[in-house]
Amino acid sequence: MPSFSFVVLTIFSTGLVTWLSRIMPFWILRKVKLSPKVIEFLSFVPIVIMSALWFENLFHQNVGYLPTVDWPNLFASVPTVISAIISRSLLVVVVVGVISLAVIRMYF
Amino acid sequence: MDDRLDTRSAIKDTLPTVFGYLGIGIAFGVVGKATGLSTFLVVLTSLITYSGSAQFVLVGLLVAHSPLLTMIFSVFLVNSRMILMSTTVARYFKDESLLKNILIGSLITDESFALSMTKLNHTGEKLNFEWFNTVNLMAYFTWAIASFIGAVLGNLITDPNKFGLDFALVAMFIGLLYLQLISDRSINMYLQLIMIGITLVLVFVGLIFIPSSLLILVVTLIACALGVILKNAFF
Repeated sequence: MPSFSFVVLTIFSTGLVTWLSRIMPFWILRKVKLSPKVIEFLSFVPIVIMSALWFENLFHQNVGYLPTVDWPNLFASVPTVISAIISRSLLVVVVVGVISLAVIRMYF
Repeated sequence: MDDRLDTRSAIKDTLPTVFGYLGIGIAFGVVGKATGLSTFLVVLTSLITYSGSAQFVLVGLLVAHSPLLTMIFSVFLVNSRMILMSTTVARYFKDESLLKNILIGSLITDESFALSMTKLNHTGEKLNFEWFNTVNLMAYFTWAIASFIGAVLGNLITDPNKFGLDFALVAMFIGLLYLQLISDRSINMYLQLIMIGITLVLVFVGLIFIPSSLLILVVTLIACALGVILKNAFF
């Protein structure tokens, strides 16, 4: 591990770029009006990003080759999706998901 | 989730995500400690860099003695999707002061973004500072406390994932995706289902050659563009 001061410098520099990625759109959009086409484009962001964040966890990357399936996560997703449809409650979904994966891990 | 935008409602809406932050935050603390960061530096990373998966990347790069610029660029790439999320959210805060906009933006996360997008469907397309800021602050402090717990327990827990807690965030995205699907009326339900399918294919294909740091951003940009094309052509 590098020196204490180097790690602190790294934390603050990466914190700064992360912060800028987060706040710049808020600042810029006060001055710039988005065109209807861009707003239409952005309307797809929620569903796509949530799907992508889920699907990314169902595979393991092997650059240059087909990804391999993360079977425990895939299996745990089944009761999780079903619990979402039945309960429509985030809390239930999260609890069912965690228990599902814990149970699956016990047998794998 | 209801149509209220007060602090109480925000706390209620955020509770399910707390499990996710706890699970991953503790995991980060354990990993950070295991790779040689002090408890202080682990918590400082969570408070300042504050970026979930990018923090794991950062610790990996630190251990490998990577140059500062490499680390800054990697964290920027992993978090570049934040630009899209902030752009999507910013529209709803145009009438609030710049300071409030910056406060909301400073602490926005994948989860608070996803929660807010689901909330929109219950409030007639409205968000406010009180609600969003409460969601953000709960996430921020849960994350910091979880990292601290993980770092302190670091030597005791050898496998933080044993209890399935790392699935909490994935489960939350599944839940939010479903709620989005059944309540977002701005996009036709069939088109939304098609978009989920397209995203699955893009993630699968993307994993073959797109570095994981850029995957979510590239997939989102392509899928949203395809969505606009499909919507105008068929819906």
